[in-house]
Amino acid sequence: MSQTLEAPAPAPSEPSNRVRMGLGQRLLSRPEIGALVAAIIIFVFFLALAPSFRSAESFFTVLYQSSVIGIVAVGVGLLMIGGEFDLSAGVIVYTAGLANSMFCWYFGVNMWVGAFLSLLFCLAIGFLNGYLVMRTGIPSFLITLGTFFVLQGANLGVTKLVTGTVSTPDVSQIAGFDSLAKVFSSNFKIGSVTVWGSVLWWVLFVGLAAWTLQRTRIGNWIFAVGGNADSARAVGVPVVRTKIGLFMTVSFLGWFIGMHQLYRFNTLQSGSGVGNEFLYIIAAVVGGTLLTGGFGNAIGVAIGAFIFGMTSLGIVYAGWDPNWFKAFLGVMLLLAVLVNLYVKRMATARKVG
Amino acid sequence: MTDTLASHADQTLHKSEPLIEMEDVGKSYGAIRALRGINLRVGAGEVTCVLGDNGAGKSTLIKIMSGLHPHNEGSLRVDGKEVSFSSPREALGHGIATVYQDLAVVSLMEVWRNFFLGSELTAGRYPLAGLKVRQMKEIADNELRKMGIVVKDINQPIGTLSGGQRQCVAIARAVYFGARVLILDEPTAALGVKQSGVVLKYVAAARDAGLGVVFITHNPHHAYLVGDHFVILKLGRMALDKNRNEVGIDQLTQQMAGGDELAELSHELKR
Repeated sequence: MSQTLEAPAPAPSEPSNRVRMGLGQRLLSRPEIGALVAAIIIFVFFLALAPSFRSAESFFTVLYQSSVIGIVAVGVGLLMIGGEFDLSAGVIVYTAGLANSMFCWYFGVNMWVGAFLSLLFCLAIGFLNGYLVMRTGIPSFLITLGTFFVLQGANLGVTKLVTGTVSTPDVSQIAGFDSLAKVFSSNFKIGSVTVWGSVLWWVLFVGLAAWTLQRTRIGNWIFAVGGNADSARAVGVPVVRTKIGLFMTVSFLGWFIGMHQLYRFNTLQSGSGVGNEFLYIIAAVVGGTLLTGGFGNAIGVAIGAFIFGMTSLGIVYAGWDPNWFKAFLGVMLLLAVLVNLYVKRMATARKVG
Repeated sequence: MTDTLASHADQTLHKSEPLIEMEDVGKSYGAIRALRGINLRVGAGEVTCVLGDNGAGKSTLIKIMSGLHPHNEGSLRVDGKEVSFSSPREALGHGIATVYQDLAVVSLMEVWRNFFLGSELTAGRYPLAGLKVRQMKEIADNELRKMGIVVKDINQPIGTLSGGQRQCVAIARAVYFGARVLILDEPTAALGVKQSGVVLKYVAAARDAGLGVVFITHNPHHAYLVGDHFVILKLGRMALDKNRNEVGIDQLTQQMAGGDELAELSHELKR
């Protein structure tokens, strides 16, 4: 057979009909490019309009503000690339903090024990979200909308039951608080600039997510389950495990920021966090993540979060009424969706040849 | 191509040793019985052609073999051992690779990522081990060239390729990873004459390398070019089950076209 089988087609040995795509085209097919351009425009805009925006101090304050949203947004971005939503991501942050705080206060145990139990609890919620979505086939939008309301209600209800008020008691004297505060909410000074540890954590998580997405098998699977779950399953990708893992990643990062809030502020308001889930989604979408899944990257999501940080503080520095902030975010989101649509068309349009 | 097949084929295969055996296999989806009473044997170094009209149960049959849906009647033996696959991953683990008609590729992912999806080459076994990107790109490019497909850029999303080219990527992938059994679901349906020829040569080459091939098609002419064994499905049952020496192309074509029903129809439409 091997003798009778000729080369099936005149496959050119030289890649003569290959064109290297132009720089512009290659750049345009990268998910984060729209966000990067927007970020530069907004940055220059506030530099010009708000004198107090121009210092290194305020730059690091912007970075801090971005990191608090950005850390969870990285997880949400991965999940969205994997084709799912998590609306409970905003509330779970405070569920994590409240659980740790009140458990340790009520039972008088070391804060590390509470932090650990809170982690297990959050991972279990993430698992439950993923399991229900995969098991029932109901869109994650609905399942996590359910967990969102359950957690929101439970945050308020349990806090009221345990403490009698809507906020948690002072836990700063309980053993373990100081060492945990060092891990989750430390800061240090470089000259006059305060650098928050969370910014470094953010960089670490973004780097890890970027590596995972682009350079590991798991990343390949994330793109595949978001792009076409049936095809992915058919070639042997463990779709269920991948998606449940993504939900658990989101709840892990939510827990992480919950710890940051608790050890930074000591007491938490039980009703906080509502609405933040949309900020994460906006950061991911502005960063070039496709709402329908299968496309996006971690750097883009980080830029999306940075845009959020810049605008939320820039408006204050510029001395405007901060009430306009949400309107601005909405416009950004709409623009981002339009850019994404265009980019997706560019990326999948059939190239001649 | 033949060298890919020969080097990837399981060296322990012996001609006509049974790889997949089905005994009285059936499958129902809820109240609907898609398949019943299937007895099928896929031997090493043989091409088993499964023919049938739309809705005859061809796709259900291969979904059972490839692990997409488990069967719920009868027994399925792979290499003599009774199995019930719960995922395609398990079937791949047994060296069974499938090219699906409708589930070929993830369009937004690059060509080389699609090629290696589910079977990525990594630098280690730990979860965050790096992919061997350069090597994967090279292999994917080479395997596609062997099929006569030259993509402009192995990094372009696979959605930018034509339907036929995408199908060829899926076939090249299955040939590369399927060590023992290759299942092709209507591989020639979306292809032109020339590429159909390439695919049929692949089927023959896979057979000669000792693999068991299951070739599902509408087209009795394509089937007869390469087939050793022919099965025709009709409404979820086996309507014909014959070896090459027991059946001719005319009989196959007639059976496919509806057999007696066609004769009746031609009588009715007599002009």
